[in-house]
Amino acid sequence: MSLMAKLLGTARTVRDLPAAPAPGTVLAEAERLRVRLGERTVLDGADLTVRAGQVLALVGPNGAGKSTLLAALAADTPAAEGTVRVAGRPAGEWSAAELALRRAVLPQAATLSFPFPVEDVVRMGRAPWAGTEREDEDEEAVRAAMAATEVTEFAGRPFSALSGGERARVALARVLAQRAPLLLLDEPTAALDLRHQELVLRICRERAAAGDAVVVVLHDLQLAAAYADRAAVLHGGRIAAEGPPAEVFTAGLIGEVYRQPVEVLPHPAGGTPLVVPVRQR
Amino acid sequence: MTTTAFRADLAKGGPQDESPARRSPGRARRLSLTAGLTLGLIAALVLLCLLSAGIGAYRIPIGDVLGSLLHRTGLGGAELDRVGESVLWNIRLPRVVLALLVGASLGCAGALMQGVFGNPLAEPGVIGISSGAAVGAVASIALGLTFFGNWTVTVFAFLAGLATVLLVYVMSRSGGRTEVVTLILTGIAVNAFAGALIGLFIFFADNAQVSQITFWQLGSLAQATWPKVLAVLPCALAGLIAAPLYARQLDLLALGERPARHLGVDVERLRIVLVLVVALLTAAAVAVAGIITFVGLLVPHLLRMAAGPGHRFLVPGSALGGALVLVAADLAARTVAAPAELPLGVLTALFGSPFFFWLLRRTRRKQGGWA
Repeated sequence: MSLMAKLLGTARTVRDLPAAPAPGTVLAEAERLRVRLGERTVLDGADLTVRAGQVLALVGPNGAGKSTLLAALAADTPAAEGTVRVAGRPAGEWSAAELALRRAVLPQAATLSFPFPVEDVVRMGRAPWAGTEREDEDEEAVRAAMAATEVTEFAGRPFSALSGGERARVALARVLAQRAPLLLLDEPTAALDLRHQELVLRICRERAAAGDAVVVVLHDLQLAAAYADRAAVLHGGRIAAEGPPAEVFTAGLIGEVYRQPVEVLPHPAGGTPLVVPVRQR
Repeated sequence: MTTTAFRADLAKGGPQDESPARRSPGRARRLSLTAGLTLGLIAALVLLCLLSAGIGAYRIPIGDVLGSLLHRTGLGGAELDRVGESVLWNIRLPRVVLALLVGASLGCAGALMQGVFGNPLAEPGVIGISSGAAVGAVASIALGLTFFGNWTVTVFAFLAGLATVLLVYVMSRSGGRTEVVTLILTGIAVNAFAGALIGLFIFFADNAQVSQITFWQLGSLAQATWPKVLAVLPCALAGLIAAPLYARQLDLLALGERPARHLGVDVERLRIVLVLVVALLTAAAVAVAGIITFVGLLVPHLLRMAAGPGHRFLVPGSALGGALVLVAADLAARTVAAPAELPLGVLTALFGSPFFFWLLRRTRRKQGGWA
């Protein structure tokens, strides 16, 4: 019977539930990571450390390898060289079920083959906990995630009937409901209006304050400067600079990496750096 | 640990919700809907089976059918006269049971396949799995093979069906998804190739074999016997029992392969197991009834419209619905033109094809074109 259940993949394995990480614990790291997609070497010796309690922004021009680095940290894309560790163990050694308890991933585009209602989509985020003691949190986690992303009002609507921005928020709600200690978000703000961009980054901050590690791919340097504890600037498959945004976002570095001259001004209130392109007048 | 963070956000202006333990009204409504639908389907199925067992050239009132059934199971009731008993137990009941098994297999296979391909137009008949399985079956008839005795046709149908599912799967997928156009075109190619192979076997077969093959190619349950029921029972039951175990994972697969993996689904294994299950179910149906199309398309669609796309209801529901449709279709096939009999496959295709047209147009409209 147990062999049968194992074969059918329905055995309820007793898994070790990850404990809440102490602030500063390394939840994921890439070391001299090289990743090839087809012929192209997308990442070429990238080093990154992701710590609990921090928001880490990945920024850089198109094609710099941000999404690939995120996918490598998510254990989606295998390393050609170098290592990726999640929660202290090489990414390839975890099973899919074990990883699902340790990291949640928001993909760039949210798609759904069948018109599930919004609430069911968010509830899918609870699937990894089925059969564990934390299954009891399900209702609470779903409700809280929907409230935080402001999707509760259309909980009953089919996902296919939503606008792009609404879909993006539902996808984020699903990822939040998973309640994994490591959050990997690929451009969560891309489809969102101003208010919801701020809302999403506030959620990132709250999750970090609660002890989780958040890695977020962003295009908007202002958002990265305002909300991230650290920023990593990717350039040609490597990390060109990594550190607090105020130190990393310099006119020289940003101008060179993006091939676009910029000015960096301190915000009049608070002093977070504002990155402004130099424009012809 | 993270609840406090959400609490803060909730307090800021999240809507006031009831206690977390309570189910939301939408979910509760859907649960009672699926429960009602399931009971309704079962009731309709039982009634239709009893009716079908009684209706025919030799009429048996429904009360007598029930009586004889109870008598044989030792729960009272009364035996019929010799002719009635023989008609009921040797002709009608094997046919009804076979219709149940074939219909359930096709309905369930359709629901599974649509889930695996993430594509609502996938169906064993449309994408060529049925014809693939038919090639195996026809080969075993035409070549007069008998190494597995009574199970020979089933075994060959299964092997050929399995090879076809794998082929279609590999051919129609690119970049982790299956586009409608690719899938349908692959189906056309596979159907054409399978048709050619079947034609070739017919060419080499003798006259008796040819009439056996043609009859069976049109899809029919007219030669139902208990040994045939036994021949497909293991395949059909194994598939029908295994399928609902994967319902939850199929729901997650709707998000796409990567997101499903992020939620802990071993996608590779899931796919392999489900492809096997689909091949089992299709082979079971094709081996005894020939090619019966559109049941696996129509039934899951109607149920999805009625009760939403959740596979925990959809997979077993489609088995029930498929059985219901096929028992009804077979009853119609043998009664509307009595004493002649319409081929069952012709009948289902007659009703199924217009539905497929409608579905194609709707899918096209939603996507805004194919290209």
